[in-house]
Amino acid sequence: MTPFDYVRPTTIAEAVAAAATPGAAYLAAGTNLLDLMKGGISRPTRVVDISQLPGLDRIEVQADGAVRIGALVRNADLAHDTAFARAFPSVAEALLSGASAQLRNAATVGGNLLQRTRCSYFYDTASACNKRSPGAGCDARGGENRLHAVLGWSDACIATHPSDFCVPLVAFDAVVEIEGRNGRREIALEELHRLPGTTPERDSALEPGDLIVAVRLPAAARSFAAHARYLKLRERTSYAFAVVSAAAALEIDGSVIRSARLALGGVAPKPWRTRAAEAQLAGAHPGPAAFRRAAEMALAGATPSGDNRFKIELAQRLVVRALTLAAAGTPARVAALPASPFSSSIAGALHVA
Amino acid sequence: MNLSISLTVNGERRDVALDDPRVTLLDLLRERLHLTGTKKGCDRGQCGACTVLVDGRRINSCLTLAASLDGAAVLTIEGVAHGDTLHPVQAAFIAHDGFQCGFCTPGQIMSAIGLIAEGQAGDDPERIREAMSGNLCRCGAYAGITDAVLEAQHTLAATEKGRAA
Repeated sequence: MTPFDYVRPTTIAEAVAAAATPGAAYLAAGTNLLDLMKGGISRPTRVVDISQLPGLDRIEVQADGAVRIGALVRNADLAHDTAFARAFPSVAEALLSGASAQLRNAATVGGNLLQRTRCSYFYDTASACNKRSPGAGCDARGGENRLHAVLGWSDACIATHPSDFCVPLVAFDAVVEIEGRNGRREIALEELHRLPGTTPERDSALEPGDLIVAVRLPAAARSFAAHARYLKLRERTSYAFAVVSAAAALEIDGSVIRSARLALGGVAPKPWRTRAAEAQLAGAHPGPAAFRRAAEMALAGATPSGDNRFKIELAQRLVVRALTLAAAGTPARVAALPASPFSSSIAGALHVA
Repeated sequence: MNLSISLTVNGERRDVALDDPRVTLLDLLRERLHLTGTKKGCDRGQCGACTVLVDGRRINSCLTLAASLDGAAVLTIEGVAHGDTLHPVQAAFIAHDGFQCGFCTPGQIMSAIGLIAEGQAGDDPERIREAMSGNLCRCGAYAGITDAVLEAQHTLAATEKGRAA
């Protein structure tokens, strides 16, 4: 780690002022930032420790039924909050499918949103990486890139966004509350993460000093609770990032899908909402034909960025599986292996899909 | 720059003057408080050898700045036994051969204590394995570790029940 000044503000206003200077970084639990600092990938000259800021660790139900999650709520606490998990089961499942128990106990909601890509060329300071060093080039393009993006990537960067949590959140129209130098504002989570274009060094729409203080799930997201799943394919079943993942949620009225939500993880530089597929599902009969059509629409426009053409078909099959399991109904309890398509419950397993 | 923090380690209050904010909890424990039971494996949050409890919750001490923990209560492997009486998780690891070389064992035991306190796994071995996935064992003692956690959980539940009766 390169040396840094350590400051621990006691109010949000102090934090924003302290972090607005060039070279500053916010520290919450540090599960991603300290790792990046130890590897020399992030070299902040000032660390603004927000972990003790008061009032940001609450889960509140608002008058209209929306849920406001403070930025310092720990991933494990949110996933195991009984009322939250009942209302938003696929969000809890996504949280429990990420990292390890120790990391989930520490990692925060705000930190999860702002974690950096796990592209190994980004992490390897001997490799060229436009995200780490703008203009340096991208060694992933000609390198080991089977796990890289198939949607939303650019010639400058083919890295994926690693979060599980963000995938159902973006499907449910989550809103991010931000405190900045000019006061409070909010943006849709869908607008928080940027596509790389020619400036992959900018992951998000945040400006210097901007602090995420809360994430809000609108009340409308509650209506999917009976049919909501998150599925995640990994190279090992636990403690691994997604190769591809899918959050699927349905409102089913008799034998017809009233509305659908669908988002993908592991395939793009940001959590990938698939509105065309959702529109296709609305009004359809829940079944293999509609699910396969939705999967094709969800991956429409996908192109390999390297040796990863397989991810396009894999993601489509995972979408079909996730929709099938969502239609079958949210399980009363998250499976022993959260989000695993190979879990002991094999309903929905369509090995020749 | 000098940062003064005060924390409780294994029940004892420790006032520490940090001359560098880069000190992690792991390095504080090992290098400054000389509690070397907590192990440094990967030092990057991947292996779990550095697991300790902070305010009752298991975390990776290698990815935590000591400066952030002013006022916290830390429990390490040195603090779990009562004199010569082993903690039930320690006893169960011995009974079930939950280790071979022993390097990951302090982290495994602290993780298991945290897991049991969380109360999410019940007696489903699959849930135990999933909840212990943040602790790697290069010797491959996983089968014994799962059995040890299951038995220790029963022992602790019986003790609780006995106390309540």
